[in-house]
Amino acid sequence: MKQKLVVIGAGMASGRMLEHLFEAGGNFDVTLFNAEPRGNYNRLMLSPVLSGEKTYEQIVTHDADWYEAHSVDCRFGEPVVKIDRENRIVYSNAGGAPYDALVIATGSAPFIIPVPGKDLPGVCTYRDLEDTNAMIAASAPGTKAVVIGGGLLGLEAAAGMAARGAEVTVIHLMGHLMERQLDPAAGYLLQKDLEQRGIKVHCKGATKAILGEGRVEAVLLEDGTVYPADLVCMAVGIRPEVRLATDAHLEVGRGITVDDQMRTSDPSIFALGECVEHNGQLFGLVAPLYDQAKVLAATLLEQEAAFQPVQTATKLKVTGVDLFSAGDFADALGREDIVFRDPGRGIYKRLVLEGNQLMGAVMYGDTADGSWFFDLIKQRKDVSDLRDTLIFGPAFSGGASANPLAAVAALPPEAEICGCNGVCKGKIVTAIEAGATTLDAVRSTTKASASCGTCTGLVEQVMALTLGDGFSANANPPMCKCTDHTHEDVRRLIKSLGLKSIPAVMQELGWRTVGGCASCRPALNYYLIADWPTEYRDDRQSRFVNERNHGNIQKDGTYSVVPRMWGGVTTPAELRAIADAADRYAVPMVKVTGGQRIDLLGVKKEDLPAIWADLNAAGMVSGHAYAKGLRTVKTCVGSEFCRFGTQDSTGLGIKLEKLLWGSWTPAKVKLGVSGCPRNCAEATCKDIGVVCVDSGYEISVAGAAGMDVRETEFLCKVTTEAEVMEVIAAFTQLYRENARYLHRIYKWVAKVSLDWCRAQVEDPVTRRALYDRFMLSQSVYQTDPWAELAAKPADWAPVADLTLRAAE
Amino acid sequence: MTQFIDIAALDDIPRQGARVVKTPAGCIAIFRTGDDQIFALDDRCPHKGGPLSEGIVHGAQVTCPLHAWVFDLNTGLAQGADEGEVRTYAVRLEAGRVLLDAGFLARRSAA
Ligand SMILES: Cc1cc2nc3c(=O)[nH]c(=O)nc-3n(C[C@H](O)[C@H](O)[C@H](O)COP(=O)(O)OP(=O)(O)OC[C@H]3O[C@@H](n4cnc5c(N)ncnc54)[C@H](O)[C@@H]3O)c2cc1C
Ligand code: SF4
Ligand code: FES
Repeated sequence: MKQKLVVIGAGMASGRMLEHLFEAGGNFDVTLFNAEPRGNYNRLMLSPVLSGEKTYEQIVTHDADWYEAHSVDCRFGEPVVKIDRENRIVYSNAGGAPYDALVIATGSAPFIIPVPGKDLPGVCTYRDLEDTNAMIAASAPGTKAVVIGGGLLGLEAAAGMAARGAEVTVIHLMGHLMERQLDPAAGYLLQKDLEQRGIKVHCKGATKAILGEGRVEAVLLEDGTVYPADLVCMAVGIRPEVRLATDAHLEVGRGITVDDQMRTSDPSIFALGECVEHNGQLFGLVAPLYDQAKVLAATLLEQEAAFQPVQTATKLKVTGVDLFSAGDFADALGREDIVFRDPGRGIYKRLVLEGNQLMGAVMYGDTADGSWFFDLIKQRKDVSDLRDTLIFGPAFSGGASANPLAAVAALPPEAEICGCNGVCKGKIVTAIEAGATTLDAVRSTTKASASCGTCTGLVEQVMALTLGDGFSANANPPMCKCTDHTHEDVRRLIKSLGLKSIPAVMQELGWRTVGGCASCRPALNYYLIADWPTEYRDDRQSRFVNERNHGNIQKDGTYSVVPRMWGGVTTPAELRAIADAADRYAVPMVKVTGGQRIDLLGVKKEDLPAIWADLNAAGMVSGHAYAKGLRTVKTCVGSEFCRFGTQDSTGLGIKLEKLLWGSWTPAKVKLGVSGCPRNCAEATCKDIGVVCVDSGYEISVAGAAGMDVRETEFLCKVTTEAEVMEVIAAFTQLYRENARYLHRIYKWVAKVSLDWCRAQVEDPVTRRALYDRFMLSQSVYQTDPWAELAAKPADWAPVADLTLRAAE
Repeated sequence: MTQFIDIAALDDIPRQGARVVKTPAGCIAIFRTGDDQIFALDDRCPHKGGPLSEGIVHGAQVTCPLHAWVFDLNTGLAQGADEGEVRTYAVRLEAGRVLLDAGFLARRSAA
């Protein structure tokens, strides 16, 4: 008698399994249930259907003739609702079917994030033909679609709808797209490609709610952003469809547990596909499912076979997007990276080696060698002989190497090289070609690098590119060992290329390391904060400890806490609160600082949030005593009390501090305001000093009283407090925008010249524009970090305490 | 003796950052790299005792916050010209939880 085989689910895995079974001449009476009202089709190809490159008919894998030829009893559109293991019958709502052997191949179900509005009409997932058709129907030109989830599925959905003319926004929870398959550099290139097709990408975006009355209208994020939407596609992940198996009391972990023969805990029930769990592993790509299909067919035919998961490789099926990821590219014991970037062609390749073996590969922009690398990974080949040229692939014939000039070579002619005089690359090239073959000649013909000189390095690189070997640049030391570019080049290129994230800078400027080092990361983080205050988001992990923890670390690992004391003025209530805090947290030393405030030294890290909260409660905020940013404004008593005072220096100092606090700068900034030339506030050895005189205010800059001691130099004289504020904010902004990281004002002024600085702040239009940019940045960054961080005290304590455990 | 104990969720540790675990033998820093690898090292720099957990994490290395010695998180060895070694501990990541080999505690109390 023929065996009765019942299969639940007509998907990719069961379709393949049935093929193997019939090809081997298996003698079964097959009943095939499917929840979808159709038979097996190639689910992977839904994306080309969505984008319009294929029709549904073209992706059907098994048609009516095939089922008939193999006498398959098709029960399509009939979801199975129950398995009766005792009597070996499965039930749909239309009736039962008895089995000798049962195969569960129910795949997986899309995960729905439990936010308000998730059930509104117009919200879909991306799993089957119905979803695909819903998206096709909704993506006429001019409609707006939001895709939640920037993984493989979400991006294919987004690209498909965009190809049909919809305006698509992708919201992704993590820092970069497809973070499970790509590293940040490749994720950045992918985002850039998608943005070029008009898809908007919002990373680090958490969905708070889907809004709409009776139908979706918009998506609201936790950060308050609202994206209007006619359709919302949720593609945030899948989970194995195990409900039937759970109800039938089969052994189920995250998926239905199967052994190497694809057998469940019931010997006559088998399972395969995305619904199973094998040795703790789940599956989400078809390659391993096809192997399962082979094994299960053999098992049913009573042949020997055992399933062994293979490595998988990922490609994104979006026409024109070229990415590849395979193997394991995580940092681990003894692993090494080989990185190749070609900014001009948008190429990034990274290989991860362990000993003599290739473990993983991530590639973007040029994936021609993907399968060759994948083979090396799978076969665990010894690559030691190939090592030096491995990254160039099997066709390597010598010669190619990373070119330090690549980033500049890739700049379009209209890219601005000299910011002061607005000179673009094309103009410099033209001048060089017309005979300006020395830096001075370029300077005098184009004015490029003729003002502050910061862009000299870049101008020289343009010359080297145009003149070839005939020119040797006056090499300045590079920023760090990760790059050939100087700080000045990097700053300039961040602006002219519009680079707005650390991975973007590292890719476009050809960084040699995967994630930078402790020297370049804080610098890049600062440059991006200063240049794109509203678009870039501060990366806390790229900051030095003091700024990350908002206190100065001491040699014993404790911190100092310094509340702001505006202009050095305090009140009895503040002093009491400080004294109380010092008592409560047993602060070992309370010290008056040179900047006219009080330092609480020796506070334990885990006490920081509490002491901050106490000081906040008394109305005090962080003094940023640890920051590359505004520190203090030291004042004298001035005309309010002093018989020599000419102006209200204390009041002005307070106003200046309230204007400038919270701003991040390349290095620390200290101010002083003295009420008369007797200069009791020592204003003339500060970064910026104001000395009041009868007729107004003398502003001088570039003093120092540290390793170097220098008197300030006169910048300008103004007559009102309002002008003092505008000049100083503008000058600070000039410094923020142009200096290299860690250079104090005096070092920067020595490079760009005081005359140039003065010309900028004396020109009313330039000054106003600088001031406005400063205020824009302040609108984002002038916040009290203590208040924000004190709210999460748990983050400051140890994650675990094993001291008690040991005592047991 | 290996004895893995659950100490935290992966997400309690910031990417490219660290958190510490207190033990009777001093603090252990649990590092998480940009690509979610986990490492455990003594939270004490062999130079002058800097808390390595507060350093900048780049690739699978950390730079000490006090005087910028760089350590390989895999081996605990100082990089470049500096010489020194930090003790490392076995850690495992399982279903989003971080497990630390606390065998050293047992050894300690047996001693
Ligand atoms: C749009 C899209 C693109 C993809 N692209 C790729 C790719 O490029 N590469 C890749 O490797 N993978 C890709 N995948 C993943 C791949 O499609 C899946 O891994 C594969 O389809 C899983 O096969 P399966 O047989 O386990 O499940 P499925 O193919 O999902 O089949 C399960 C079937 O069971 C039915 N079912 C569920 N419950 C019941 C029930 N109670 N009764 C009856 N029937 C039921 C379902 O309706 C479904 O038809 C993609 C997936 C999607 C959705
Ligand atoms: S600087 Fe002049 S105004 Fe200020 S305290 Fe000294 S003497 Fe008085
Ligand atoms: S204490 Fe770590 S480098 Fe000095």
